[in-house]
Amino acid sequence: MTKIATREAYGEALAEIGADIKDIVVLDADLSGSTKTAVFAKKFPERFFNIGIAEQDLMGTAAGLATCGKIPFASTFAVFATGRAFEQIRNSICYPNLNVKIAATHAGLTVGEDGATHQSIEDLALMRALPNMTVISPADAVEAKKAVKAAALHEGPVYLRFGRMAVETIFDEDYEFKIGKGKILREGKDVAIVATGIMVGEALKAAHILEKDGLNAMVVNIHTIKPIDEEVILQAAECGAIVTAEEHTIIGGLGSAVAEVLAEKKPTPMRRIGVRDKFGQSGKPDELLKLYNLTAEDIASAAKEMKR
Amino acid sequence: MMQVNELQKISAEVRSDVIKMIGKAGSGHPGGSLSIVDILVTLYNKVMKVDPKNPNWEDRDRLVLSKGHGCPALYSILARKGFFDVEQLWSLRKLGSMLQGHPDMRKTPGIDVSVGSLGQGLSVAVGLALGAKLKNKKYRVFAIIGDGEMQEGQIWEALMSSIHYKLDNLTIILDYNKLQIDGPNEEVMSLGNIRERMQAFGFDVHEIDGHNHEEIYNALSAPVIAQKPRFIIAHTVKGKGVSFMENQVGWHGKAPNAQEIEKALADIGGTTI
Repeated sequence: MTKIATREAYGEALAEIGADIKDIVVLDADLSGSTKTAVFAKKFPERFFNIGIAEQDLMGTAAGLATCGKIPFASTFAVFATGRAFEQIRNSICYPNLNVKIAATHAGLTVGEDGATHQSIEDLALMRALPNMTVISPADAVEAKKAVKAAALHEGPVYLRFGRMAVETIFDEDYEFKIGKGKILREGKDVAIVATGIMVGEALKAAHILEKDGLNAMVVNIHTIKPIDEEVILQAAECGAIVTAEEHTIIGGLGSAVAEVLAEKKPTPMRRIGVRDKFGQSGKPDELLKLYNLTAEDIASAAKEMKR
Repeated sequence: MMQVNELQKISAEVRSDVIKMIGKAGSGHPGGSLSIVDILVTLYNKVMKVDPKNPNWEDRDRLVLSKGHGCPALYSILARKGFFDVEQLWSLRKLGSMLQGHPDMRKTPGIDVSVGSLGQGLSVAVGLALGAKLKNKKYRVFAIIGDGEMQEGQIWEALMSSIHYKLDNLTIILDYNKLQIDGPNEEVMSLGNIRERMQAFGFDVHEIDGHNHEEIYNALSAPVIAQKPRFIIAHTVKGKGVSFMENQVGWHGKAPNAQEIEKALADIGGTTI
């Protein structure tokens, strides 16, 4: 199976749609080689702006360009985009509901060796709390490309979360992506695994493990964390047990969003797989995923524990 | 060309509005609103191309009031230019009002950018100026920043961007009244020699009396130096026009009571700037 990082797909998608959608402009904060906006910059140099290592200015400048009818994509690492520039995103972009796309790469623990300072595990929680914001976390390169296109056509602020590490491609090219619409990837009746981002691949592997143990697991891909697809979550709840999985803190991200829906509409036993209120550290991505209990085995154990 | 008397008259009306608006609202920022009145009056009456009947006109000049708390002065001018009904002024800061405590581009005709959190407006102005260049538009972008606001790191990021991208369609006006909430700039966090600093950055620097309409006009309308953004240091007086508010830190964010309103309006009526 081919392995491609979602950030690679982002760079390619931008350069592709940039040819058709002339209003797209791209801004970066001295990380264009890593965020892959350099692909766009090379093709459309007059529509690319390097703002330097100045994330607050990056967001504000993007806001100003949006008021002129441009569709700015502002990119840097997720920890700087959503952390350093949080209040700029809040007051200069979301409050006036401007058409800015914040496309952040290097999200989650799989940043790896750079360590905790660069591993964003709170970005979904931060972005989800903002009115007017749409939050998208693609699972593979195919979904990432489709998400970039959908975000460009969507009117209003969008947060796109991409990873550094190459991940297995799950979806076919004809996969249909719709903002706000979750997808059942595998039918099942005993337990439902609701996952986002790179954990979708782990969820599918977990379903295989569970099958060997006689448990039939449903797998749901939630690429849009906000607005969340309540319908598909309630459908998953029919299984009677839910495990959420995200490469993010269990506070405020996918697990919280699913719990909020269930608590109000259909209380269902659930477990959350995610980073448990800790910072990351340096290490290889797969070592970190193992250490922080973010593997298919961890998802399967949580499911089995609930069905015991 | 310049009818200074006319601008003085408008400025006095705007100052009266500011006092009445903040008085009726029971809260707001009189000091920093009064210090920018003459700058705004000159901009909107002699310099900026705007159309009150078509506030979103694509080719209009833009204003970013980065020190958004001075908005009562801007609201008064927009109302008097016909962007909205003057009666709206008395709803400032009230529930459901089109006039929010800090400017909201989605609620108020004539407000180009939502601002209020200090330091953020100048970056948005840089984006607007870049947008004009991209679209080959001739409009100018004016940004008014506060002196205390210059302590925000983002201001310096945006100053660098405006020089780097050679934004000669951008004019930054510093409302240099030398006071901020906790006291004089020099005591809170000194700004150093702003003229030298801005010259070192590479701006087309002008230094003026921010209450002298002729000086304001001349600095705003001086020929553009190609590829150089302009930085105007406007020396102002916080609370200008109201004797008991002038240079008083205590009037940064306090509404006058009925008696004080009366005294303030009498001061403004008799003012000969």
